Amino acid sequence: MNKLMNARDVVGRLHDGMTIGIGGWGPRRKPMALVREILRSDLRDLTVVAYGGADVGMLCAAGKVRKLVFAFVSLDFIPLEPYFRKARQSGAIEVMEIDEGMFMLGLRAAAMRVPFLPTRVGLGTDVLRRNPAIKTIVSPYEDARELVAMPALRLDASLIHVDRADARGVCQIKGPDHYMDDLFARAADATYVSCDELVESDWFASPDEARYVFWERAETTGVVHLPGGAHPSSCNPLYGFDVAHFKEYAASATEEGGWQSYLDKYLGASEDDYRERVGGLEAIRKLPLPTY
Amino acid sequence: MTDYTLSELLICAASEAWRGDGEVLATGIGLLPRLAASLSMLTSNPDLMMTDSEAFMLSRPNPVGARDPSFRPRYESWMGFSRIFDNVWGGKRHAMVGPTQIDRFGQSNISCIGDYAAPKVQMLGVRGFPGNSISHANSFFVPAHNTRVFVEGECDMVSSIGYNPDRLPRGYSLDEIDIRLVVTDLCVMDFGGPGHQMRLRSLHPGVSVEQVQQNTGFELCVPAEVPVTPAPTPEQLAIIVEMDPHNLRAREIKNNPPGDRSR
Repeated sequence: MNKLMNARDVVGRLHDGMTIGIGGWGPRRKPMALVREILRSDLRDLTVVAYGGADVGMLCAAGKVRKLVFAFVSLDFIPLEPYFRKARQSGAIEVMEIDEGMFMLGLRAAAMRVPFLPTRVGLGTDVLRRNPAIKTIVSPYEDARELVAMPALRLDASLIHVDRADARGVCQIKGPDHYMDDLFARAADATYVSCDELVESDWFASPDEARYVFWERAETTGVVHLPGGAHPSSCNPLYGFDVAHFKEYAASATEEGGWQSYLDKYLGASEDDYRERVGGLEAIRKLPLPTY
Repeated sequence: MTDYTLSELLICAASEAWRGDGEVLATGIGLLPRLAASLSMLTSNPDLMMTDSEAFMLSRPNPVGARDPSFRPRYESWMGFSRIFDNVWGGKRHAMVGPTQIDRFGQSNISCIGDYAAPKVQMLGVRGFPGNSISHANSFFVPAHNTRVFVEGECDMVSSIGYNPDRLPRGYSLDEIDIRLVVTDLCVMDFGGPGHQMRLRSLHPGVSVEQVQQNTGFELCVPAEVPVTPAPTPEQLAIIVEMDPHNLRAREIKNNPPGDRSR
């Protein structure tokens, strides 16, 4: 089976009003090239579900987001994501704000095809008051305790970036954490993966390589070869996040017309164009890994 | 007498949070709480567990800031985010976090300030606060003790459960909620007063009870005798220097004041 496609094909399969999951975590291994392709499109009214970073900030800045499901939006070393803040503070987006573990349970429930998973997380907090759609239940067992019934976060599509993949959709993440990307893949009707390196299936032949594959290829709908496609987020161990770029991006939010200037300077007509504008793949691959 | 900065005093005071905890994951969010957890692991509680703040557990804390290329972290296991939740929900963790607001119930907020539909100030989002607070011990770190942090009413967006009877879920008791120390630039407190009232435990050198009460938006429980927070020992200061070789702690509190403000 050949699942290769290009970024435009992926966005062509997304529709206005869809619920889109985005893998990665904050400024780490985000499918930014696919996000940029959404920025180039007229797609809108999206419900975005993400452990958010600049993916969420950029989609908010571009007016693509109707609703955001989130636990945080942060660039780590820049703790507060500037365009997400603007969107929230101007009341531009609807939100479902939940704990980051509830978020994982919601994805897991969708992946397990159950309507909810019970948890103590969220009890006693405004997460329940601000989200009347999230119900509580009472344990059917002797303890009769109240529990949050975290609803399944079913996704129309997920976008994920990985280190490498083959044309059949076997995806490898060699970085220290695959975050919840396996659950994003399982929770979605369709999962589109961008990869820094496209490899032959033989790449995975040894157990040392195969063990870094976190979901089965049946969960992968499409594969797009986009070298440096996580930039400006990191794709550890291939490259770190681009501190200077993020600083410039964050600074643009404080200027009148700053978002448009950022787009004019960097977005370009295609990912090849973008990569060129940020110094080429060689420059991306040289970005140092962060020290935590 | 050894000179020490306020940051160093706070690191030592905060490190007391983990004394006697045994084998739990110590998570200090922010530079000073992280140094406090590291100090505890190297002194008062060697059984503590710690992560590299990325995806691995360490058998010895990493120093903060840039490290020499020859430095090798002492890993002991993988600890990605999904496994952090396994640990959190199992309860063997004690986090020290820095909320933007804390109310009289010990409820806290890192989400946003003002009207929820269009907040005056949007911050991080609730992150892991709801899960942490219902699952394991938590302490608070407040580098600037004032009435904007210790609010008169309830927090604008209650991100963590506290000792609020009106919000207690069915079948639970307030005693299951475990808020430990509240370490600020003025004092150390806990929720050990009558009915889980916030209580003064110690005053930092040169700070008065009145100063603390004036900067707190609700009434504190003040015991008859309030000790002075102990000064760092030379051994503690040496470990702090080892864990923070670039003196990043000097930039954490405005003007890096001395630890003893009576002098």
